[in-house]
This record gives sequence, C-alpha cells and structure tokens, in this order.
Amino acid sequence: MSKITKEDVIYVASLAQLELDEAAQERLVHEMGDVINYMDKLNALDTDQVEPMMHALRMTNVLREDVVGESLSREAALKNAPKHDDEYFIVPKILENDNA
Amino acid sequence: MEFEAVIGMEVHVELNSKSKVFCPCSTNFHAPANTNVCPVCLGMPGSLPVMNKDMVDKSVAVGLALNCTISRWSKMDRKNYFYPDLAKNYQISQYDLPLCYSGYMDVESDGHVRRVGITRAHMEEDTARNTHTIGNGESGVDFNRSGVPLLEIVTEPDIRSAQEAFDYLTQLKQILQYLNVSDCNMEEGSLRAEANISVRPKGSTPFGTKTEVKNVASFSGTMKAIDFEIKRQIQVIRDGGTIVQETRGWDADRGITFSQRMKESAHDYRYFPEPDLVPIVVDEAWELRIHEQQPELPNPRKHRFEADYGIPAYDAMVLTLTKSMADFFEATVAAGADAKKAANWIMGDLQALCSEAKRELGEEVLSPAHLAEMIRMIDAGEISGKIAKEVLAEMFASGKAPKTIVEEKGLVQISDSDALRESICQVLADNTPQVEQYKAGKERVIGFLVGQVMKATQGKANPQMVNELLKEELSKLS
Repeated sequence: MSKITKEDVIYVASLAQLELDEAAQERLVHEMGDVINYMDKLNALDTDQVEPMMHALRMTNVLREDVVGESLSREAALKNAPKHDDEYFIVPKILENDNA
Repeated sequence: MEFEAVIGMEVHVELNSKSKVFCPCSTNFHAPANTNVCPVCLGMPGSLPVMNKDMVDKSVAVGLALNCTISRWSKMDRKNYFYPDLAKNYQISQYDLPLCYSGYMDVESDGHVRRVGITRAHMEEDTARNTHTIGNGESGVDFNRSGVPLLEIVTEPDIRSAQEAFDYLTQLKQILQYLNVSDCNMEEGSLRAEANISVRPKGSTPFGTKTEVKNVASFSGTMKAIDFEIKRQIQVIRDGGTIVQETRGWDADRGITFSQRMKESAHDYRYFPEPDLVPIVVDEAWELRIHEQQPELPNPRKHRFEADYGIPAYDAMVLTLTKSMADFFEATVAAGADAKKAANWIMGDLQALCSEAKRELGEEVLSPAHLAEMIRMIDAGEISGKIAKEVLAEMFASGKAPKTIVEEKGLVQISDSDALRESICQVLADNTPQVEQYKAGKERVIGFLVGQVMKATQGKANPQMVNELLKEELSKLS
C-alpha cells in the first residue's frame, strides 16, 4: 500500500519545477511510495540507545580563516550564462521580492 | 472592544567578515557588479563550500549578547526554493539546530522594560542582488552579495506596540555595533527588518491571523508600517472582515501597507541537512573565549555611567548610544576632566561639530586629552566658555592642542584686573547716558555695559570679573 498519491507527486514535481507526463506520474507514485515504505522499515527499529547521526562523515569544524582570496574575472563569471550584458547576469524580470 | 497588537521581529544582519561565508571572495559592498564571485557563490556544479570561522565567532558573540544558549552541536541545512537571486536553487541556512537559541533582550521603551524573547539566531548566506534597471522586461543579477555572511535573529511574539518594535530594533542595532560584528547600514541592506503582526482582543490568549511586513528601508518606516498595519487589522475585524495571512509591503509615500501576492508553495522549503558541510561544534572553551572578548554592552554601561560618574540618566543614555562616544567620554574623564562638564561638551558642541562634518566621534577626530585640557583651562579662568567654543572648533578642524590654539590666536582670557579696569573706565566714559540711567536705578543697564566691555576686549575678558569690576567702578561714580 503506497502512502504517496498522484496529487503528492504532482505537488512535489511543481515544487521542483518539473513537468511530468501521465506515465511518469504513475511510475513515481510507486517509486516514491517504495522509498517512503523503506523509511518506515527503519522507523520500526528501536534506536533509543543510538546517538543521532548528523553527518555521514565523522568530522566536525571544517573551517577556514577569514582571509580574502582570488575571485573570478567578471568575463569568466558571465561567460557560461545563457544571457548577460557587460556587468550582469540577465534573467526574466523579477516581480515579487520573496527572498529569504 | 479593545485590541492589543502581537508583534514578532525577524532581523537579517550582514556580518562584517572580510570574506564570504563559504568561499574566500571579498564581501566589499562597493565593488563593481559580479567581480567578487567564484564557482562557490555562483553555485556552479561541483564547487564545495568551506565555512568561515569568523562567521561562527561573530554569531556566537551576538548570541551571548542576546542571552542565548549556544548550541554545542549545530549544523547547516538546505532551504530549497527557486528564485533568480539564488543560483543553487537552495540557500544554505540552519533549520532545526540553530547556533543560538532561547535568549532575550530587555528593551527599554517609554519608561518601561519589555523583555523580548529571542527564539533563535541562525547563520545563513545572503542571496544575490537583483537590479531592476535593465529594460525589455528583464532584470540584471549581481552575485557580489551572494554568500555574504548573514545572521537571522528571530524574536518571540512579545512586542506589543510599534514603539516597542522601534526600540527593539534600535537597541539591537546598538548591541551589534558595540560588538563590531556589522556596519548595520540599512541603506546598503546590511540590516533588514521584518515584522509579523497580528491583533487580538485585549486579555485573550489565542493569536490572531498575522501578516508580515517586509522591505521597509528604515526603523522609523518600520514603526510607521507596524502602526498602520495594527490599525488596518483592527478596522478589518471591526467591520466584520477577516485578516488574510499574507506578506505586505510598505508604501512610504502614501503611508500604507499593501498586499504582495505570493504563491503558497513558495513557502514549502523542504529543508534537509547540507551534506557538503560537516557539523559545527562550539565547545565550552570556544564559547568562553568569545565571552571573554565581549565588550561591555550599552545597557550595563549606561547604568555604570550613572553610578560611577554621577551624571544624569539622560546624559548616560546619550553618551552610550555609540561605543565610540562612550569610549571618548571615558577617555576624557580619565584625562582629568569633570564628568558632567565633559558630558556637556561632548553631547553639545562636539556632537554638533561631528554631525556637521558627518564624522563619528572618536579619537581620530579629537584627542580626549585635548578636550580635558580645554575644560581645565575654562575652570582655571584662562579662557571663557564662549572662547572655548571657538577653540574646540579649531581643535576639531586642525587637531592642535587647545593651548597652542589659544596662543596662536591670542585668545587668552583677560583676567588681569588692571587691564580690565582700564577698558571698563573707557566704556563708562563713552556711555554716560547709560551710566546715568544706572545711577537713576535702572540696574538692567549693566548688561549693556558688560557687553560693551566684552566687545572692547574682543570677547577675551573674563565675564565674571567684568561684572564685579564694573559694579565696583559704578559704585565709585554714584
């Protein structure tokens, strides 16, 4: 029994700005459902005595000193952009200001 | 029915680290567009972030100043959304384990103290900056700002008025400036405030529906926007309507807030742990090191100024507005000046000179020892208070010592009674009508005569002595 509905798939796809055809939607209902079911299996384990893992690597505090290094030239930075002028990356007009 | 407002604030502050949070590009605000950029802050595939230690240091300093608990274990997360100012389509931020949490700030507002809970202060990266200057239905994007260290400080909904919100912001900014972690320049966007506002019937517990007001360019604008929003919401409810949860902008020209339509899905950020960055562990030793480096904060310093220097509460408040002014005041007193007199000169003439020259008061602007010396010269009667104003302006302009200025300009006060008596006799001889009036009982005339003596001595006479000697000479005449 899958916990994922077609509506879930369409919603997640819209968040990721993906357009899925009917077939892909059907397929993903099952694939995503399988992933969620697998997670449920893990949930069944008793992990009371297990410390939560924060990262796959057992490392902490990989930090750098606050020193300014070299940047790219503007020409190099803009080179691969689909559209740019002499100074800026050019994007379709931004209407809302919803930055975090 | 009476309503009360419930307000929580979110403040984004750009920290003044020299380099960005995840790459070594410069954070210089004034660099030409897209010159402080590299594969990391442009979000190019395969690039990897490395955390700037300075950001952690400064964030811990802010957390401690806001009475927060510092997380022993903290991590970075990805906040996913699509926006042209975000090349990776996610912002590296902190979700469930913020670096600082559960703090508070005691905000002094209109004679009362409001304790505002600090929910959290978390680290994140700033986004790129969009310019709207490009035509053809297109916008330009400048990635210099992308990756600048950004600290988001979130309060509990503890604020009850627009004035309290204003005072919270002002005092928060003051603390950030004391800590020297940000230039707090609102015009350049290094400090950005958003307010979550709702109203409810006074005395009731559940919250009303909130609206969010953002993109206001100043604290006073924020205060006006909140004030407007509170009144608007109350009116909507009184008219039988309901408040819609939404983001609202502020139209400063018309003095109103307006709805900014937004897609609801934009707020489903699907946070997950940032796999490219390992956890940050701030152990006790690290926290202690930051704690020991903390400067005295504005509020305790203000109270100490009152107690130690015996100056009025108002003076202590003004003098501690900026760390540089408070430092300057203490240096002046340490150089031997009377505290109240030093306070008066700093808050008055010196402050006026600074604001006229658009400079911040500090030892680069004026030597505190020179100011102390000038005050001593007034006390010793070497110069009058009036001449001191002239001397101070010259000290400010040239950096010369007051003694040098007084000698060079010949401003030494005449306290020699023989010399003064000579001028006075001359003035009395030249102004017989007034002398007659005085003798006839019109004592107010003495003010005019003092003025004449001051004029004759080009303002250099010791006014107190002139007063005394003048009365003496007049009594001889009658």
